[in-house]
Amino acid sequence: MDFLRPASWEEALAAKAEHPTAVPIAGGTDVMVEINFDHRRPEYLMDLNRVGDLSEWEVGEESVRLGASVPYTKIMENLRAELPGLALASHTVASPQIRNRGGVGGNLGTASPAGDAHPALLAAGAEVEVESVRGSRRIPIDEFYTGVKRNALAADELIRSVHVKKADGPQQFSKVGTRNAMVIAVCAFGFALHPETRTVRTGIGSAAPTPIRAKAAEEFLNAALEEGGFWDNGKIVTPSVAKQFADLCSAACNPIDDVRGTASYRRHAVGVMARRTLTWTWESYRGTRRTTEGAA
Amino acid sequence: MPTNGAPTKITQGSRTKGGIGESTLRPDGTLKVTGEFAYSSDMWHEDMLWGQILRSTVAHAEIVSIDTGEALATPGVYAVLTYDDLPTEVKNYGLEIQDTPVLAHGKVRHHGEPVAIVAADHPETARRAAAKIKVDYRELPVVTDEASATAPDAILVHEGRDDHHAGHVPHPNIVHRQPIIRGDVDAARQRADVIVEGEYTFGMQDQAFLGPESGLAVPEEDGGVHLYIATQWLHSDLRQIAPVLGLPEDKVRMTLSGVGGAFGGREDLSMQIHACLLALRTGKPVKIVYNRFESFFGHVHRHPAKLYYEHGATRDGKLTHMKCRIVLDGGAYASASPAVVGNASSLSVGPYVIDDVDIEAVALYTNNPPCGAMRGFGAVQACFAYEAQMDKLAQQLGMDPVEFRQLNAMEQGTLLPTGQPVDSPAPVAELLRRVKAMPMPPERQWESSEGADVRQLPGGLSNTTHGEGVVRGVGYAVGIKNVGFSEGFDDYSTAKVRMEVVGGEPVVTVHTAMAEVGQGGVTVHAQIARTELGVTQVTINPADTQVGSAGSTSASRQTYVTGGAVKNACEIVREKVLEIGRRKFGAYHPAWATAELLLEGGKVVTDGGEVLRDLADVLEGETVEVEEEWRHRPTEAFDLRTGQGNGHVQYSFAAHRAVVEVDTELGLVKVIELGCAQDVGKALNPLSVLGQIQGGTTQGLGVAVMEEIVVDPKTAKVKNPSFTDYLIPTILDTPTIPVDVLELADEHAPYGLRGIGEAPTLSSTPAVLAAIRNATGLELNRTPVRPEHLTGTSLSEA
Repeated sequence: MDFLRPASWEEALAAKAEHPTAVPIAGGTDVMVEINFDHRRPEYLMDLNRVGDLSEWEVGEESVRLGASVPYTKIMENLRAELPGLALASHTVASPQIRNRGGVGGNLGTASPAGDAHPALLAAGAEVEVESVRGSRRIPIDEFYTGVKRNALAADELIRSVHVKKADGPQQFSKVGTRNAMVIAVCAFGFALHPETRTVRTGIGSAAPTPIRAKAAEEFLNAALEEGGFWDNGKIVTPSVAKQFADLCSAACNPIDDVRGTASYRRHAVGVMARRTLTWTWESYRGTRRTTEGAA
Repeated sequence: MPTNGAPTKITQGSRTKGGIGESTLRPDGTLKVTGEFAYSSDMWHEDMLWGQILRSTVAHAEIVSIDTGEALATPGVYAVLTYDDLPTEVKNYGLEIQDTPVLAHGKVRHHGEPVAIVAADHPETARRAAAKIKVDYRELPVVTDEASATAPDAILVHEGRDDHHAGHVPHPNIVHRQPIIRGDVDAARQRADVIVEGEYTFGMQDQAFLGPESGLAVPEEDGGVHLYIATQWLHSDLRQIAPVLGLPEDKVRMTLSGVGGAFGGREDLSMQIHACLLALRTGKPVKIVYNRFESFFGHVHRHPAKLYYEHGATRDGKLTHMKCRIVLDGGAYASASPAVVGNASSLSVGPYVIDDVDIEAVALYTNNPPCGAMRGFGAVQACFAYEAQMDKLAQQLGMDPVEFRQLNAMEQGTLLPTGQPVDSPAPVAELLRRVKAMPMPPERQWESSEGADVRQLPGGLSNTTHGEGVVRGVGYAVGIKNVGFSEGFDDYSTAKVRMEVVGGEPVVTVHTAMAEVGQGGVTVHAQIARTELGVTQVTINPADTQVGSAGSTSASRQTYVTGGAVKNACEIVREKVLEIGRRKFGAYHPAWATAELLLEGGKVVTDGGEVLRDLADVLEGETVEVEEEWRHRPTEAFDLRTGQGNGHVQYSFAAHRAVVEVDTELGLVKVIELGCAQDVGKALNPLSVLGQIQGGTTQGLGVAVMEEIVVDPKTAKVKNPSFTDYLIPTILDTPTIPVDVLELADEHAPYGLRGIGEAPTLSSTPAVLAAIRNATGLELNRTPVRPEHLTGTSLSEA
C-alpha cells in the first residue's frame, strides 16, 4: 500500500488521475476501520489533510460552501443557524473524538446508507462539488447515491465541497439507535421546511439500499399544506395529515432485517420520526410567524 | 533479558493509618485514567516475534486437510503449527473437563475455533501468512438448541465422552444435569390459590473487558518458558499449560501482567499455550495480542438460557411451591458449565422461603460459541426469571411487589432448596425497604426553559423525542449470589508476608499470586497489612507462580479468601515479631509477658495503649517471613439425584429499584436511576465497594437493554463481533446510581466481610425489566429488550 501525500488540491487531482484506485482519506472514520479489519487493502492511500482548503467553509448569500473535511464539531459550533439539520445530525455522529476528525466528505465518499449526514443533506437540498483534472462539476444530492455504498463519482474525481442551501425555515434530524449515544443508525430521518418555495423535503437513512427522499410523502404534504393555506394561516397541521405523511414516509422505505434491527421496526420508526419532526418544525414555523406578526 | 512493560512491585505509603475501612486510593488508578498503565498488550521484548491464530470460519465441520506450505514459505515467518505439531500426548485442556483442543483435530465445533498458529517477525506478516493457510472443511449440521441437541438422531458434539459427568447425564449433548428435590411440590400445589407460569429467555452477554487477550512468552535457557500473561488465575493456567508443553510446572514460570478487566472471561485459557508453543519452537520471545474482533471469539461468554418456572402462592401472599427447569447453552466446550449448572439450580428459588421445590438445571453441548464464567455465574439468569415471576404473582394477588417479596423474604436460618441453612445475616426484606425508601427522581426532568434537554430522554442526542410517547416506569428486584467456589472445591489461597526494617522504618512486603484484574485487591492487601502490623509502608510484589496459588479472581472471593490469607499470614508474622521482642526486650518491661500486645503506628503497644518499643528496634537485624495457605469452611458436593448438600460458603444480597423513561412509540429506553442497597458485611475499602456496586449495576443494565451476542440459528456463526454492533452502555446510558451500603458482619468471614462484586449484577437486570413492564404493560419474557419487542415489530421467532 503506497501512501500519497499531496500538498495542494492540484497535486491531489493529478495523483488521483494517475492512480484512479487511490482511496482518499481525511478523518479516517470509515477508511481506517476497513483497513484495520483487513476488509480493504487499497493500492494507494491518499492523505488529504495537507490540502487546507478542504477544511474551510464559506457562508454565501444563498448557500454554504462546506469543505469536504470540515469536522462535524465545527459544523455543530459554527453552522447551527445556517445548516440546523446538518448540525443536529453532526451531534449524533459517533464520539467527540471522531466528530473532531470526521467530515461530510467521508460520509459522501463511503455513501453508506447509515451515514448520518445524508438525511440532513437530502432534506436541506445540497450539491456535491467534485473535481478531476478534467474539470469540476456539481452533482445534485438526489443523484449522488447510486447504490449500496456507491456514488456518482468518476474514478478520477475527488469530493471538494458540498454546497448546502442556507435554511429558510426550521429543520430537524432524528436518528434511532439502541444506545443513547455513540451508535450507528438503525434508521434516521431528516426533515426541512422551505417556506420560500412553500415546499418540504425529507431524507431517510438506513432504511433502503441508499439514502433516499420520501418523494410521495413530500408531494402529499406540499399539496395538503397548500390546499389548507397552512403556510399563510399558520394553523396546526391536522393529525390526519401528519399521519398520512408519516405513513407515506414509512412506505418509501425499502429496509432489510439485520443485526441492528428488523425491517418492520425500521419502517415503523421512520414513520414515528417523520410525524414528530413534522410537528417540531411546524410548531417552530408557527412560532416564527407569530413573532414576526407581533413585531409588525 | 529485558521485558518492557512487565509488572514491577508497588510500594504504597499512607498519610493516614491506611488500614481497613478507609478509602485508600488505588496505586494503579491514576496510571489507568491517564493512559500510562502498562497492560499485557503493551509488553515488548527485544527480538520478539508476533503470534497469530487461524480460526475456523464455520461452526461445525470435519477438517479434510490443512495446507500450511504457502504460509511457511512467506518471508518473515518462523513457524506454522497445527495439531500434528503438538509435542506431547496431552492435546486438550479445560477448567474441569479437558475437552478443548489446543488446536483443532479433525473437526471444528464452533465458529472461531483455533486451527493453526503462526509466528512471524511482524504482526501483519503473521496475519497474512495465517490467511494463506488452506483449510478444507466438510461442513456438518449444527446443533444449536435443546431440541437439536437432544433429538434422537442428534449429532454428538463430543463423541466417546468419559468425563465424570458422562455417567449421569440423560444425553451425551448434556454437559451436566443437577436436579434439586425438596418437600412435596404436588401436595404444596394443592394449597396454592394462584399459580403463575413463565418461560424466559436470557441472551448471550459478553464480558467486554477493556484489554483484549494478550501475553508474551519468553523461552528460557533451562528449556522452560516464562509467560507474562493477563489472566484471572495463574496456577489454574499453569496446571493446564505445562502438560501440553511437556514441561514440569517449575519450568513454566508465570507472571501476571497488566490486566484490563476480566469479569469471568479470563478463567479459561486463550492464547497462553499458543504463545508458549511458538516460543519454544522458535527459541524467540513471542507476543500475541488479539484485536477486538478476535477477542469476541477468544473467550467464553455468559450462558444464554431458557428458563421455565411455575410458582404458587396462597391468597394471603405466601409462596407455596416452585418448579423450574433451566436450560443453559454451554456451546461447544464445557468450560465452567458444570459449576454454572450448580449455581443456577441451587440459587433458582432466589432469596425467598419456599419449602417445596422441584428444580432441574442442565447445560448443553452445542455448536454455539463456548460459554462459561461471567460475573454472576448462573445466578444472573435465574434471578431474571424468578423476579419476573414475583411481579406476576404480586399482580395476580393484587399486592404491592415489594411487600409481596418482603413477606416471603429469606432470613438468617432459612433453608436453601439444597437443605443448607443460611448461617449469616440475610437482610433481604431490609434491602428492599431501603431501595423503596429512596427519594424518587423528579418527573419530566427533560423540561427546561430552552425546550427539551434530549440528554434526559430516551434516544439522547439522537433527538428522537421531546417528550412524545414517553412513559415512566418503576421496578424492583432482589437477588442472592454465593461467594467463593462451591460444591466441595478446595478453595484456598496462599499469602507470603515479610516484615523487616528498611532505612530505619518497619516495612511489610506482601506476595501473593492473586490476579489484580481491576478489582482493587492490591489496595486491600496493603490495608490489611497496615491494620494487622501497624506499619505505613507496604510493598505488593508482582503476582507470579513463585508463591502458592491464590485461587481465582472470581466468585466474589478474592477479598474473602486471599484477603483472609494475607490477614492470617500477618497474624503469624505478628506473633513471630512479638516473640523476637520478648526475647530481646522482655527483661526490661513486665508487660511483654503479661499484656495483650499489638503493633500500631510502627510500635509495639499494650492493649492499654502503653508503648513498649519501636518496631525498628525489635526487627533490627531480623527478617520475619511467612508463607501460609488459608481456607474458608469446607463445602460439600450436591447429591446428584436430590441436590441436597451444604454446597455454599457465603451469600451476597443486593436489591435494586429501577426508574426508567420509555419512548413507547419507538421502543427506546432511558434508565433514569438505578438505586441499589447491598449488604457488604464490612466495607474494607468503601470507595472500592461503591465502584463494584456501580460497575455491577451498569453491567446488569447492559444486558437488560442492549448487550447481546447474536448467533445465527441456522449457521451458529456470530453476527456482531465488534463494538460497532455489540453495544455496551456509554455514560449517557448510565443512570444515577444511589447506593445504600449495609454492614452486617458474617461471623465466619475475615473482618465479617462479604464478597460483593457479583450481587449487584443480578438484580439490576430484572429491576430494569420490571420498570419497562411497568411503563408499557408488556410481558417481556426475554432480555435484552430490543425496540422491536416494545413496538411489536419483531421478526417471527420461526
